[in-house]
Formats: sequence, C-alpha cells, structure tokens
Amino acid sequence: MSAVTAPPAVDLPAEPRVNYLNSTYGLKSWLLTRDHKRIALLYLASVTVFFFLGGLFAVLIRLELLTPAGDLVQSETYNKLFTMHGVVMVFFFLIPAIPAVLGNFLIPMMIGAKDLAFPRLNLLSWYIYVGGGLFTLWSIVHGGVDTGWTFYTPYSTTYSNSHVIVTAVGIFITGFSSILTGLNFIVTIHTMRAPGLTWFRLPLFVWSHYATSLIMVLGTPVIAVTILMVGVERLFHLGIFDPRLGGDPILFQHLFWFYSHPAVYIMVLPAMGVVSELVTTFSRKNIFGYKFVAFSSMAIAVLSFLVWGHHMFVSGQSVYAGLIFSILSFLVAIPSAVKVFNWTATMYKGSISYRTPMLYAFGFIGLFTIGGLTGMFLAAIGLDVHVHDTYFIVAHFHYIMVGGTIMAYMGGIHYWWPKISGKLYPEGWARFSALVIFVGFNLTFFPQFILGYLGMPRRYHAYPEEFQVLNVMSSAGASILGVGYVVPLIYLIWSMRYGKAASANPWGSTGLEWDTPSPPPTENFAVTPVVTGDPYQYSPEEVEVVG
Amino acid sequence: MADTAASAAPTGHAGSRDLQHHFDSMEQQRDASSLGMWVFLVTEILFFGGLFLAYTVYRSRYPLAFAEASRHLDITLGTFNTAVLIISSLTMALAVYSAALGRRKAIILFLLATMALGGTFLGVKAVEYTHKFHDHLVPGAGFRFPGPDARPAEIFFSLYFTMTGLHAAHMIIGIGLLTVLVLQARKGRYGPGYYTPVEVSGLYWHFVDIVWIFLFPLLYLIGRHLH
Amino acid sequence: MRETFPLFPQEASTLAPRVDALYFYLIAVTIFFSLLIALSILYFAIKYRRRSESELPHGVEGSLKLEIAWSVIPLLITFSFFIWGASIFFAMNRPPSDAIEISVVAKQWMWKFQHADGQREINELHVPLGQAVKLTMASEDVIHSFYVPAFRMKRDVLPGKVATYWFEATRPGRYHLFCAEYCGTKHSGMIGWVEVMDPVDFQSWLAGGTGSESLASAGAKLFAQHACNTCHRPDSLARGPNLEGLFGKKVQLQDGRTIVADESYIRESIVMPNAKTVAGFQPIMPTFQGLISEEGLLQLVAYVKSLSKAAPSPEGVAPPLSKSRGQTPQGSAPASVQEPPRSEAKK
Repeated sequence: MSAVTAPPAVDLPAEPRVNYLNSTYGLKSWLLTRDHKRIALLYLASVTVFFFLGGLFAVLIRLELLTPAGDLVQSETYNKLFTMHGVVMVFFFLIPAIPAVLGNFLIPMMIGAKDLAFPRLNLLSWYIYVGGGLFTLWSIVHGGVDTGWTFYTPYSTTYSNSHVIVTAVGIFITGFSSILTGLNFIVTIHTMRAPGLTWFRLPLFVWSHYATSLIMVLGTPVIAVTILMVGVERLFHLGIFDPRLGGDPILFQHLFWFYSHPAVYIMVLPAMGVVSELVTTFSRKNIFGYKFVAFSSMAIAVLSFLVWGHHMFVSGQSVYAGLIFSILSFLVAIPSAVKVFNWTATMYKGSISYRTPMLYAFGFIGLFTIGGLTGMFLAAIGLDVHVHDTYFIVAHFHYIMVGGTIMAYMGGIHYWWPKISGKLYPEGWARFSALVIFVGFNLTFFPQFILGYLGMPRRYHAYPEEFQVLNVMSSAGASILGVGYVVPLIYLIWSMRYGKAASANPWGSTGLEWDTPSPPPTENFAVTPVVTGDPYQYSPEEVEVVG
Repeated sequence: MADTAASAAPTGHAGSRDLQHHFDSMEQQRDASSLGMWVFLVTEILFFGGLFLAYTVYRSRYPLAFAEASRHLDITLGTFNTAVLIISSLTMALAVYSAALGRRKAIILFLLATMALGGTFLGVKAVEYTHKFHDHLVPGAGFRFPGPDARPAEIFFSLYFTMTGLHAAHMIIGIGLLTVLVLQARKGRYGPGYYTPVEVSGLYWHFVDIVWIFLFPLLYLIGRHLH
Repeated sequence: MRETFPLFPQEASTLAPRVDALYFYLIAVTIFFSLLIALSILYFAIKYRRRSESELPHGVEGSLKLEIAWSVIPLLITFSFFIWGASIFFAMNRPPSDAIEISVVAKQWMWKFQHADGQREINELHVPLGQAVKLTMASEDVIHSFYVPAFRMKRDVLPGKVATYWFEATRPGRYHLFCAEYCGTKHSGMIGWVEVMDPVDFQSWLAGGTGSESLASAGAKLFAQHACNTCHRPDSLARGPNLEGLFGKKVQLQDGRTIVADESYIRESIVMPNAKTVAGFQPIMPTFQGLISEEGLLQLVAYVKSLSKAAPSPEGVAPPLSKSRGQTPQGSAPASVQEPPRSEAKK
C-alpha cells in the first residue's frame, strides 16, 4: 500500500477533497472539535503565540545585557523579564509543544486508530492549557512575577511583591493539561493499537511519547501540589516553607525539583522521538538498534526521577546525598548517549537526504551531544560547585532545550507539514532558516559557557565590565537566532495558501501516517489497518548484521 | 513499512449507541475507560504524595509538637467521619453492583445514599473547621497555640488544613460526579452492557476514601497512646 | 592584573587548580566525543548521500557488541568523572582544623562580615594568604549564595540555618564576590570583593581596626544581656544544659535521637528551643526569635564554641576567645563526623 520508494513530486490537481481541515467550517466546529488533528492545530496556534512571547522577553533580556550597567530597564523589570521568559518557555511552550502538537496529531495515525482514547478530554486539556495561559498573561500584563521560574522560597512566599499567586494558579491549571495529555496517550497506546501492532512494532516516536507520558502523569502532580502549598502559604500566611515558623525552604527545593528535573525529560524525550523518525526516513534505513532506542526512552523516564538533587549540590543537603545524586546523574546520561550512537549508526550505509527536516536532525544530534556532555560537567559535583547558578548552566540547558528540543520541533513541523497542511513548504527558504538558526544559536550560547566558568552568575541585571565582550557576542547571536525563527513563521503560513500540493507520501517514508492522504480525512482510516511487519522496513531484502 | 492488508476488521458497532465512534468494540472502550481512571488515580496518589512528604519531613523533625497539636483535633468527629466514609464506599460498591445488574431503582438509591454520606462527611468537616477557627488554631495572624511549641504546631495545622481541604475538594467533585450519574441512571442509561461510568466513578470514590484512611491516623491519632 | 577580555578566571585558592584540572579533562572528553559524532555524521552524510530518488540501501540492523561497547565505555568514563568530582567535593566539605573563623550574615542586598576578633566589614572581606579560612554563614531573609569564582567555591546561605564553607587563598589580589542565588531586586548588586593579603599585612590591617570586640565576647555580652545564665549554669540551680564543653559533642535528646552540637544546633536552640529538647530537661526555654539578630545569633554561636576551648572560669562563664588561633573543633561536618570531647565539663 505505501510506496517504499518516493513517487516523483507531481503537482496534484486542485480537486476538492474532503479532509479534516475542510470537512466542517466555522469557528464552533474548531472550538468544539473532538478531532485530535484539529486539536493539534489549536495547540499549534497557542504554543506559537507563547513561543514568540517568551522570545520577546529573551530579546529584551539580551538587549539589556549588551551593556554592563543595568540601563535599559529597571532591576525589578529585568527580574520579571527573565522570570516570565522562563515560565512562558518552560510551561507554555517546551512542555506542550511536541507532545500536544505532533503527538496529538500523529499518535492515533501511527497506531492505526481513528482518534485518541478520550477525544473530549483532549479538547478539555487544550482549554485548560489556554485557561492557565490566560491567568499567566493576566499576571504579565499587570506587572508579572519576579521570583525566577523556580519560585524559591522564602522569596516567593514571603518577600516578593509581584503577582506570584496568579502566576502560580496559571501554572497549576496548565499542569492538568499536561496530565490529561499524558493520560490520554498512555491509554491510547495501551488499548487502541491496530491488530498486529505489537509493542516492538511501534514507531519510536510512539515509544518516546509513551515514556514522556509516564513522566507527565507521575511528575506533574507533585509540582501542582507544591505550587498549591506556595500559594496557600503566601495567601493565608500558613507556614510550610517559612523558616520563621520552623519551616524548611529546602523542602520546597526538593519538591520543586522532584518534578522539574523529570520535566526537562518531558521536554527532550518527544524531541528524540521526532529525531528517530527523521533519521530513518532521510537515511531511508531501518533504525540501528531499535530495542535499545526504545528501552533507552523508558530508562530515561525511570532514571529521571532519581536525580533531582543535582540542582541542590550547594544548598546544604548532606554530602552523601550529593554523591548519590551525582552518580545517578551520570547514569541517566548513558541512555541518551546510546540514542546518539544509534542515530549515527543508522546513517551508515544509508541513503542520506539533505532535506530540511534532516538538517534539523543533524543540528539536534550535534547540539544535543554538546549540551548533554556539558551535563557531565554539572554532574561532577566538585565542579558543579563552581558553575552552579552561572551562565554555564544557562548555556547547558539552552543547548538542550533550544539546540535540541526546538530544533527537533522545527524538524518535525517541516517533516509532517505536508501531512498536516496538505502543502509543501518552500525548501530553499527552509534550508536557509535552518542554517540561520544553527549559526545564531551557537553564537548566542557558546560564549555563555565561557562566561559561566569565568563566574558570571545568572539572573544578573548588571555585570562587571570584563564580561561585556562575551555578552555582546551572545546578544548578536540572539538577533540572528530571532530571524531564524521568524522566517519559518512567515513561509509556513504562506504555504498554507500558496504552497505546492503534497502527495500522500512525499518523503517515501514508512509509517502508517503516510498511508493516508495529505491532509487526512477526519477519521484517519476508512478501515482499521492490520500490521504484519516491523517499522522502518525500507529494505525488504537481506539485512546485514554488523560485527 | 509495516505491511498492511486491506483489513477485514469490521468497525460495526456492537449494536450499542454507547460505543463511541473511535473505538472498535465495547470491550476496547471499557478497557480504555478503566485504564484511564486507574492512571488518573496514580496521578492523584502523586498529588497527595507531595503533601504526605512534607508531613513526614516535619513530623520527623518535630515529633512532640506534632503529637501535642494532634490532640487538639476532635477524635470523636474524626472517627465518626471515618465510619461515614467507609460506609459510603460500601454503598458505592453496591451502586456499581446494581448498575451491572441493571437495577435502576437500586442504582439511584445507593448513589443517593453515597452522596448523603459524603455530604455528612463534609458537614462534619465544616463543623470541625469552625471549631478550629474559634479555638484560634487556624494558621495565620490569629493563630494562638497554648504551649511552647507554637511554631511547629502552626506547621501541623497548615498541613492539616491543606490536606483535609484538598481531600474535601475531591469529595465535592466526587459528589458532583455522582449527581451526574443519578441523572443518567434515572434515564435508564446503565445496564449489563454499559455501566462503565458508574464503575470508574466508583474507583474514584474508593480512592478518595482511601486517602482519608491515611489522613485520619496521621492527623488525628499521633501520640494518643501517650495519654 | 585583569585583562579587559578574560576568557578564564584566575586561580586563587588551593582547590582551584583541582577544579580546573577536572574541567580540562571534561573538556577533552567532550571535544573527543563531539568530534567523533560530528565527524561520523559528516562522513556518512557525504559518503552515503542520496544520489537518486529511487535508490534503496541495504539494511543494517544492529549489533549487540556495539551497543554494549557504547554503553559500557561511556559508563566507565563517567565513573572517572564521578570519582574525581567526589574527591574534590569531600575536600570542599572538610575544613582544616586550623582555619580562622569569620562569620557572614547575608541580607538583601549586602554581605556583612565579622572576623573572630570583632573586626567588621561590609561587602569587602579581607583574608590572609596561605591560611585556611572558614566562613560561618546565615541569612537574615531569603536564600543567598556566597560565590567567589577565583576560589571556585560557592555555598548557599540560608535563613534559619547555618552554612559553613572554607577556602585557603593562594594568590594575593582582589577577587569578585557575587551573590549567586537570586534574591530579589538588587541581586546583581549584591556583590563585593575578597581581598587576599600577605599575612603580615593582614595582621596589621586587623590590628588597625577600631578595636571592636571579638565575636565571642560580643556573644558573651548577649548571653548576659538576655540572662541566659539564669538557666544555663554549671551548678544545681541549672534548668538548662550546661554549655561548657558542649560544642562538638554528642547530645541525647528527649525523643531518643542523638545529634551533634554543631553551629546549626546552637542557633536552632536559641530560636526554636523545643525542637530538640535535651533528655532530662523540661521544654521550658523561651524562644528568642525576633529578639536577637542573625549577627547576634552568630556571635552567641561563637561564644558557645569558645566555651569548649578554654577552661571554665570560677564565675561559671568562660573568658572570650583570644586572638591567637587555637584548636577549633570540627563541628560543622554532618552529624556522622565525630570529634572526641576534649573537656571534662559536665553536661
């Protein structure tokens, strides 16, 4: 049914064909939809808005940091800018983006189902996301929050004069969106796989989203209740973290990081799932070490819950606790390394295409490797003491979040764009943007490693003069990076109207989602497919086993 | 690619209007609903878990203060409430049983009984909260605790109100769920072929009950044996 | 001394070269693996580039040997990182016994220092070269973090708890001090300097101070002012534990636990006395929270420490700590590290 080789790109006739985009019209049909694909687009619109809002804050931050003195905005404003940048990017972009946009759209299709297990819950989770977002936007408009996205007590409970409670409520609400999405994915993957689709025939995108969903479901409630305690303490002057009552601010840190460390794997595991799809398609080869890649996602999910204390090496937890968290943090890096090696090996003797999604996959692998290896610096507890709370940390997590997750997100959006929109994006502009993003990104964040080791602390509005040259480099890079993100926004929207029509399978990819027309009909499959073979079977003939 | 055959899998409904269009069979739908509720309950365990962790940390740090503060809770009302909830779990289980047998009157009766017991629980909690307010044991500016351990006692009461408050909120949601079930049961919606909503609501109700079974001894029964 | 465009911080403490050595090792391994991956990808991408739309490569399924190799080898390498990092961390947490003591109070948005002999400073800390320095730190409000990049050391300073850290400076000079935990509006203004001086210069600097009294004698004054000796006395009228020789010893509590009397315990016992009632005593000590400042608390801690160094005087109150550096008990380590009691004073 699906072609193993790509059919030549043909301009399809502009016949009207009923698909999920045009089957019903009107605002109500979108706002009350139960179709996972439409819900994915609702999410796409909202996460994009939040991405550019968070990006705007980043622009202002980097503008301020062009000069050593705090002269663009006041200190309080600056503190609000970095807080809101973190809150918006973490909770309203990075956590939902790939799962709620690409996961929602693709998981039912990848398993041969007509929708997720709970379509109404899916819509509800979008509304919850928007509701939480509105609370946070209210807070931003009324002056924002200045606690840092980490809300450490007692500053957040007792000393801050900003809209802590409203923002906390916004994040609390949005957390339920995450929980419901994870719940939906888990149940769907367990109960709605097409006949013949055993666990080890699932695409790796599904495995990684399953692992992500486990984290979402187990971790998010803990931050919810932690935020609840912060809000309750602040509002009713209860004493849970207040040292003046004998409370312990470090307890807050333990509870906060118990979620927020696994949260970073919520952000990166789906990206890894995307990369597995990109590398196989654009090498036109089966993934090297399927089971290892699948299990590495699960190992990451489990280990991610055991390392939270590495954010607290200098906070006063016991030396021995620190050592345990240190060794576990090294352990959690190994499954990620396994993935990187397997992706690289997948390219061996493949047929490598340089289409834009693959360029983003290359970028991901390179930058995630650097970001992940700099994590080793931080897990080495004696070294972390020096670089903790400096720009070294900032550089580390941006390499993973931006150089990793956002690159994979862009790669995934481009890869599945024909399926989602029925149109092809303009390849030339897309490659140009990918390159601009890569260059801009490295120029922005590499100098920050150097700044961090020099000792420049993070969250600093003003800094000593000798740090200026590196800061200017970083800000220059940020301006380039910004361009790299704006251009795709323009051409993707443009392509929805004016792009070339896409065939069902423009990349010649395996995968059930490519068995449907582009864009697919509302019910995805007229009849439930039956699966009889493994994924990524590009080469039906005999297969070489290495070494 | 994973080879697909033009499939012979029928997507016909099992003759039931209860089968949602995206499921292939009633069995699949039931499995999904049931698994969904279990996953949700796991999230609830983690949700309450954060509070239990905070409780554990502070109790191990201030054991005597916690015991002293615990003695200010009304053990009679607490025990009564525990019995009320356990009975309500019984009536809920009977409601699920009746739904599986399609006995409309019994379903409604048992659901209403569960709701009444839940309401009783909440009423008693309201009485307890009022007492605490009058005794100046609500944390905040008006908190007055007799004895040398006022500060850890305030932590105890902060946790008491947060944990029982969160539990009560879950009870209120539970009663709301049961209200919907009663309205649906009146229309004869539930029978042997389809009673999943009653079943999963039962799971939720039992879970809320179990949380109380943990809360009660941890809050009300610390150090009682010392007196 | 400072270039306008430094790329690497100065090394000014005994631990800095160790930290830097680990850093360079990590950089080397990072460069190795990054290049390995990047060059492999580059090579494969070029050698195996798609030459026609219909080409179909061989399958290459997998290799258990490779998977094991590239799991185990990185694991072993990470063990080396762990062990090296852990060894440095142990050293960071074991102040030498001859360290001089300085108390640090952090508050929004300044650093207040007080030397053992009483000399006070704000935002600028003078220390001698080649001498271990131990900081005893507390915060008056939110969490701050004491960070000197040139020493490669950092420690969060908490409200309600005492934090300790130590360093030994190896280069004279003036080094940045930063607050490294976000603490509000002027977080980036909560900065200062650590001035490392030649020991002789340091002594004359100390002597040239305005003759303020030592930490311990200020603490003794507070002790008398708040009538602590009403209950904490060595005779039969005592209603509280005797504090002489207490510091650094094990204490049995009423609830059965045994803890070590370190700085945190002393401080906690003043502000929250019934959290850890000593076995055999009634929980009747009133709290002094709000009545004594963080600085005062650290002075009282220093005073109680001093009671473990000198023989008790006839009045039952030990004399203040003298300027010469005597033995300092290692009371700041976690409870599992024990220092045998050196005085015979009854508890």
